[in-house]
Amino acid sequence: MAGHVESGGVAKHSPLAQFEIKQIVPLEIGGVDVSFTNSSLLMVIAVVLAAGFFLIGMRRGALVPGRWQSAAELTYEFVAGLFRETVGQEGRRYFPAVFTLFMFILLGNLLGMVPYSFTFTSHIIVTFAMAATVFVGVTILGFARHGIRFFAFFVPPGAPVLMWPLLIPIEIISYLSRPISLSVRLFANMLAGHTLIKVIAGFIAVLGVAGVLPLAVVVALTGLEILIAVLQAYVFAILTCLYINDALHMH
Amino acid sequence: MSDEPPPPSRRDFDARLREAKARRRARKGDTDQPSGGGLAFAMRVGVEVVAALGVGVGIGLLLDRWLGTGPWMLLLFFVLGAAAGMLNIYRIMSGYGYTAGYRPKRHGPGKPDEPKRKS
Repeated sequence: MAGHVESGGVAKHSPLAQFEIKQIVPLEIGGVDVSFTNSSLLMVIAVVLAAGFFLIGMRRGALVPGRWQSAAELTYEFVAGLFRETVGQEGRRYFPAVFTLFMFILLGNLLGMVPYSFTFTSHIIVTFAMAATVFVGVTILGFARHGIRFFAFFVPPGAPVLMWPLLIPIEIISYLSRPISLSVRLFANMLAGHTLIKVIAGFIAVLGVAGVLPLAVVVALTGLEILIAVLQAYVFAILTCLYINDALHMH
Repeated sequence: MSDEPPPPSRRDFDARLREAKARRRARKGDTDQPSGGGLAFAMRVGVEVVAALGVGVGIGLLLDRWLGTGPWMLLLFFVLGAAAGMLNIYRIMSGYGYTAGYRPKRHGPGKPDEPKRKS
């Protein structure tokens, strides 16, 4: 991602200051800026936490799970159940990808709720990269499974041939809009929620005693944001499942 | 952990676990409801229109630049994009799911007891 520091411009208490990318270790390879930024740092933390969570949780693999193990197993079972319901047994081998995506997004969203941290899922380039990966992967999967018949995807069955020139572009646009809607949904939710919290928090000090009101709102919003953080990870995962299912069993 | 009478063997446990899982799967199969709560559903739907419209406009602009055909491709694909957005919503609401195409009513696809259908 383009990780150059936005110099000036943003006021100190701007509600958008939290989304600024800051370089930690400036790096440049072949003219491409590959600096280690606060965004990358949070991603690394998310990956380490996710890996640590399961490594610690499953270290024993006891028949009667302890606390960590139940937590790890619950998470796994949750996503596995989701996957089983939407894709079924056939797509079993794509489950690790969905599970990884889910954990990465979930931790990214939740880590963003920690004060002074950074929400990497609030940047469209990050979410779009993930959505595009899903999209390309699913398209390749569809082609691999069905070959040229994959194009039958775009022809609405039962439509008169006369209508095809109109309907096929619509279907193709509809198909191409998947990665966009997938990425925009996640990014917009995180961006909007975090900005809203900051804006309303800005009223607290200004209003003096009446600042109790916005404070209460911020508390409520924080709860809502945590809900949305989990929900969005869930939505991303379930949509990935549905797309995989599409590619596996075409009509 | 309490000391219970000699625990059943591990193989027995495995068998019972598999049985219980199968039972649960079978039960889940018949509740055919959209997965996710109402809020999750609402959030999924909202973006679809805008995304399709955006893709349509994007294609239109690119084609215009490539072919040099005035605003015509933009106008055409704007309308197509809007139609695609409506189509997305129509599909979700009428229970076709997110599939491109019109395979009816399979919200929780891939029911385990269902035979694999190829076409």
